[in-house]
Amino acid sequence: MNTQSNAMPESPLESQVIAPAVISATRLMYWSVRRELWESRSIYIAPLAAAAVFLFGFLISTIHLPAKMRAALALDPEKQHAAIAMPYDYVAGLIMGAAVIVAVFYCLDALHGERRDRSILFWKSLPVSDLTTVLSKASIPLVVLQLLSFAIIVATQWIMLLLSSAVLLGSGVSVAALWTQLSLFQTSVMLLYHLVTVHALWYAPIYGWLLLVSGWARRAAFLWAVLPVAAICVVEKIAFNTSHFATMLGGRLAGGAEAVAVPGGFPIDPMMQLTPGKFLSSPGLWIGLVVFAAFLAAAVRLRRYREPI
Amino acid sequence: MTVIEARGLRKVFGTTIALDGVDLRVEEGRILGLIGPNGAGKTTALNAILGLTPYQGELKVLGRDPWTERDQLMRDVCFIADVAVLPRWIRVWQLLDYVAGVHPRFDRRKAEGFLAKTTIGRNSRVRELSKGMVAQLHLAVVMAIDARLLVLDEPTLGLDILYRKQFYDSLLNDYFDRSRTIIVTTHQVEEIQNVLTDVMFINRGRIVFDCSMEELESRYLEVMVLPQQVAAVRALKPMHERQVLGRSILLFDLMTLDKVGRQQLAPFGEVRTPSISDLFVAVLGNKQGNQAGQQAQGAA
Repeated sequence: MNTQSNAMPESPLESQVIAPAVISATRLMYWSVRRELWESRSIYIAPLAAAAVFLFGFLISTIHLPAKMRAALALDPEKQHAAIAMPYDYVAGLIMGAAVIVAVFYCLDALHGERRDRSILFWKSLPVSDLTTVLSKASIPLVVLQLLSFAIIVATQWIMLLLSSAVLLGSGVSVAALWTQLSLFQTSVMLLYHLVTVHALWYAPIYGWLLLVSGWARRAAFLWAVLPVAAICVVEKIAFNTSHFATMLGGRLAGGAEAVAVPGGFPIDPMMQLTPGKFLSSPGLWIGLVVFAAFLAAAVRLRRYREPI
Repeated sequence: MTVIEARGLRKVFGTTIALDGVDLRVEEGRILGLIGPNGAGKTTALNAILGLTPYQGELKVLGRDPWTERDQLMRDVCFIADVAVLPRWIRVWQLLDYVAGVHPRFDRRKAEGFLAKTTIGRNSRVRELSKGMVAQLHLAVVMAIDARLLVLDEPTLGLDILYRKQFYDSLLNDYFDRSRTIIVTTHQVEEIQNVLTDVMFINRGRIVFDCSMEELESRYLEVMVLPQQVAAVRALKPMHERQVLGRSILLFDLMTLDKVGRQQLAPFGEVRTPSISDLFVAVLGNKQGNQAGQQAQGAA
């Protein structure tokens, strides 16, 4: 009768068969994540909107592209690369920034919203454990948003590249420099590496903390997430005149510096910058992941006890 | 087979005792009405049964500990907490997809069948539906789940009389069979009187009355008498007395009285089975007001 009945043609047949008494953990996880995407559409709308806004601006800027390209061709190779690649790095940064903002607000609402609107009573009436629910919610900032960001950034960069090529071809400027300076396949690998190491693994304890606060706070989850942390910094400063906690926090927010080596000069091969071995052996990563696991375990436990607010 | 078994169930919130040693046994195939004033502990008892709240004491639901095994238990237990718990953002098709995805005993075709009898559109969001339609939707989902125990906590609160009647009608006609068990709490006691097989009164965290409907019909009766005959009937020691339109209605518990029967009361006026609400008032009135008197009576 509508798209839904078309999408699930097997269900009338399935119901004839005796339903299995247990549903696999992956299926529970799949539906829990889908549920999150239905509820928080900003997860994909925000990065897509960021990409669209950027593309719109980029489209207008292509008027000057032939002139800019001619100027860039006159520069030495290192500067040429920087000039050509800049918008491509900007769009990646913009979409990742949008994803971080979405992730923060998503986490703060994830275990709070369901208590506020009492729907937790409905979710708990279904055979889905608190562990599955919390893990599915944690997977949004750590997995779903990163994969989405990756796909959207790569797609946007390709659209930009093809658009630029078309404009340059139309104005008779060589596109060779554009294609040699932008090795999009290579930047995609680096982007994925950056998303996995920094945005997922390194930031995991931050998202864990936000999820925990959203499961705990009765109201003003954002303030509860920020103020105690700020309070620790202030108390430490006043009491001991030190700022270890603030330094640690800054290090966490700045992102796993161990993941990449700072290039000494113009990199022959940017892939050489990636230092996964160094990243994986840095204590900061593992301490962070342990803290993340502890926050998540606490969030699971809290959800068991929590009632509607 | 026993569906719910509780022994010494206790729950304390701060200084408030919500459940004060509840013993409870519900057999398969019963429709139990849990009746009690506000704050009596009904919802707390149901929450304990559903694994939503920790408790002290022993509790087994379908042989499982609800607090530690909630997710497994929910394969066989359904509940409607009250009308407003469906997430407001969800669309009807999303709700059906999701429940079909996570619930092993959900029959989507059945749910579609129930929904076809309503005016609920597949693409509507819950927030766009009226309160009555949300209740219909929730009931359609729950009735399509082949559960063994259904818990309804004020399922018809705030619905108009048509929806309320329809709710219980479809529950009885399309859902209930002797292998299922239903527990329901409501303040609209009169409406479910002929739906129930058992009734339980709860007050101040204790079960104060527990009786099957057959027993209730054979054990309790009330007689409406004119003022001039009241004294004679009062001599038979009724458990409760109330005035309606200048007449007195006296309620008797035949078990606690010797030789008082239907025949003995018949000459004084119309003898009938009391309604659950009248019995409730009688039982709770006695417990609250005449506790001392009753104790003295018991001692005598």
